Amino acid sequence: MKVIHNNQQGFYDEMFEENQELRGHYDRFGKFIQSTSAKKLSHLQYSADKAQMAMGMTFNVYHDKEGMEKILHLDIIPRIIPGHEWKVLEDGLKQRIDALNLFLQDIYNEQKIFKDEIIPKELIVGSKDFLKPCIGLTPPKGIWCHITGTDLVRDKDGAFYVLEDNLRCPSGVSYMLESREIIKRAFPELFNTLGVRPVSDYSTKLLEMLQFLSDKPKPVIGVLTPGVYNSAYFEHSYLAQQMGVELVSGMDLLVENKKVYMQTTKGLQQIDVLYRRIDDTFLDPLAFNPDSMLGIPGLFDAYKAGNIALANAPGTGVADDKAVYAYVPKIIRYYLDQEPILKNVPTYLCREAEDREYVLKNIANLVVKETNAAGGYGMLIGPKADAEEHEKFRKLIQNNPKNYIAQPTLSLSTVPSIIDNKSIEGRHVDLRPYVLYGKEIEVIPGALTRVALKKGSLVVNSSQGGGSKDTWVLY
Amino acid sequence: MLSRVANSIYWLGRYLERAENYARFIDVNFNLMLDLPGDLKEQWEPLVLATGDKDLYQAKNQGYNMQEVIYFLAFDTSNSNSLISSVSKARENARIVRENLTKETWEKLNETYHFVKKASESKVWKNEDPRHFFESVKSQILLLYGIADSTVARTEGWYFRQLGQYLERADKTSRILDVKYHILLPSPKEVGSPLDFLHWMALLKSVTAFNTYRRLYGTIDPSCVVEFLVLNKYFPRSVFFCLKEAEQSLFKISGTNGSGFSNSAEKSMGELRSKLEFDDVSDIIATGLHEYLEHLQVKINFISNQINDNYFQIKDNFVSQTMEQG
Repeated sequence: MKVIHNNQQGFYDEMFEENQELRGHYDRFGKFIQSTSAKKLSHLQYSADKAQMAMGMTFNVYHDKEGMEKILHLDIIPRIIPGHEWKVLEDGLKQRIDALNLFLQDIYNEQKIFKDEIIPKELIVGSKDFLKPCIGLTPPKGIWCHITGTDLVRDKDGAFYVLEDNLRCPSGVSYMLESREIIKRAFPELFNTLGVRPVSDYSTKLLEMLQFLSDKPKPVIGVLTPGVYNSAYFEHSYLAQQMGVELVSGMDLLVENKKVYMQTTKGLQQIDVLYRRIDDTFLDPLAFNPDSMLGIPGLFDAYKAGNIALANAPGTGVADDKAVYAYVPKIIRYYLDQEPILKNVPTYLCREAEDREYVLKNIANLVVKETNAAGGYGMLIGPKADAEEHEKFRKLIQNNPKNYIAQPTLSLSTVPSIIDNKSIEGRHVDLRPYVLYGKEIEVIPGALTRVALKKGSLVVNSSQGGGSKDTWVLY
Repeated sequence: MLSRVANSIYWLGRYLERAENYARFIDVNFNLMLDLPGDLKEQWEPLVLATGDKDLYQAKNQGYNMQEVIYFLAFDTSNSNSLISSVSKARENARIVRENLTKETWEKLNETYHFVKKASESKVWKNEDPRHFFESVKSQILLLYGIADSTVARTEGWYFRQLGQYLERADKTSRILDVKYHILLPSPKEVGSPLDFLHWMALLKSVTAFNTYRRLYGTIDPSCVVEFLVLNKYFPRSVFFCLKEAEQSLFKISGTNGSGFSNSAEKSMGELRSKLEFDDVSDIIATGLHEYLEHLQVKINFISNQINDNYFQIKDNFVSQTMEQG
């Protein structure tokens, strides 16, 4: 198969140096690929596709049509991260989660960080993700963000940048686990010789973390899912199966005397810990969104009474607001008295006069985002917009500066990928490692690497032609 | 076990068995038709009558030709009892309770589903002889049973699936027998003729009962066939055997020792099982075969509702699955 060295100008390729030599940690793999016939490679790719379908590794695209199950394309060429680079990521993520957890505990309780004027109070308490019912609450063991899936990208300078912290029920970890099983079958000989760190004990670690949240010797644990039509249902059932715990939906649960019970064939059984994959405000129609059909009336009361642990804790979402993101370096310095290990993408807060001036002047080179909108809504990509749109956003910013932030455009690194079974070409990737916070903070040595399979595209979302890669973290 | 999960597993058992039996239905008719003397017309109507979905069929079709009937029974997604509907619903229930299944069971069922879907896309019913497809579905489901048998722990979930499977099989064996009732002989004189025997033999073959029957009774005799398929105590597809197994599953679930009953589902199950235990084939003939079988089917539906009330229907907002056949 033809390897096309299209190291595009201004991008960092994970496999090749700029002089098109293999990078050290890709040496063995690169040579293996170059000595493998195109036929064999495309057969390996075909087998991987088949395996995914047989395993039912699907996500739902539309709601009720079973024919609409799709698989997330898995490119067999892995993304490899050498041990020394991983160490930096690991330390950086631990530091970040540590600080964010302290931050969450503080803003819902003493609010020292406001009094010390590190971050404006109304930025936090004015956010729709700041849950007033959580004020004065300390979750079991003082842990707020039990499971995090931080999104990072590597810029052209070769450094990793945190893009988003994803503190609310990040998905994708099942792909990390099942993809590994498939890729192991494709390259069995390479795993030993390269020294790829295993990820298969993730579910054990997740279970131990959830058990840690209860003081009972044998707590009853459940994964709470919105149901079979949720796009991540495969993952919910997969994790419940791997941990050997119940997969429950709202209709299986009820609350009596501030305790949460499952309805079983033998009557009611108390449940102690829920790994919930339902958004905060849908958890309990009595405490939050009264229209929620998914929730369990009274759940929040049981939580406040300390009779059930919820992972992640309700209220965590406020810490991954886009405007709060800009303050994370300050948050790390404030709570830990350390310099941040991982870089933040420089973020200009239009609420601050100096930043605003800069944004208005340089809008053509920046990405402007609304602070509380998700999924690309209310966004301006400066370099791709015309003068009229620039002017429109200048006005919007001036009218409501608090609502906007701006960032420079990033260049995502590339990894060679099999394209149309014909050639191997560089495609842009991001990186989502998973962090568990139980007895201690632990970064799983693996990640979901999403890849934009369309040429030149920087959009890794599965809905827009994105796929995934197995991520090999070396010892 | 969660009530919702038990509900899904029960229906998973029923739908799988239903799919397998529909494959057998179509097979029995093929066997019959191949043995027919050339001057006799094929009969596909009895199949539709036996499944109890005649009204739906007639709303969609004029006559009863082979392709139309096979499409209706196997591939019509608007027929909620068709083979493809049953396999889809079995898989959908499995997907809902996937964390409770072994990996192998789920993957095999998923594969079967994709197999049926693909066959449907390639319009298998238009083939001159689609028996290969039905043969394959049958063995895939039997393989699934084998995988479950050697990998699934004998805990509550296992018995809910057994319960569903055996209740469904009891119903379906009674319906396969009913096919014979609906098949018309050229004239009343033909009762007991070689053609009549051919019919009975084809029937036995479709439930893999021919060899066992031969060893037990020797000659083909209608009342013996009825006795064998309804009342035999040892044949795993006879109605009595299925009810007995289903009753045992209920006892395992409730944890009672099997003397008497501990809930209304066990009560009505015990009632029906003991009726069959004490009936002779002469009682069946006296009632009329068709009437007797119809009564059985009504009772089985009733028991299924009792199971639902006792184990699945605990909370008001719980969505129940009602997929009985008329």
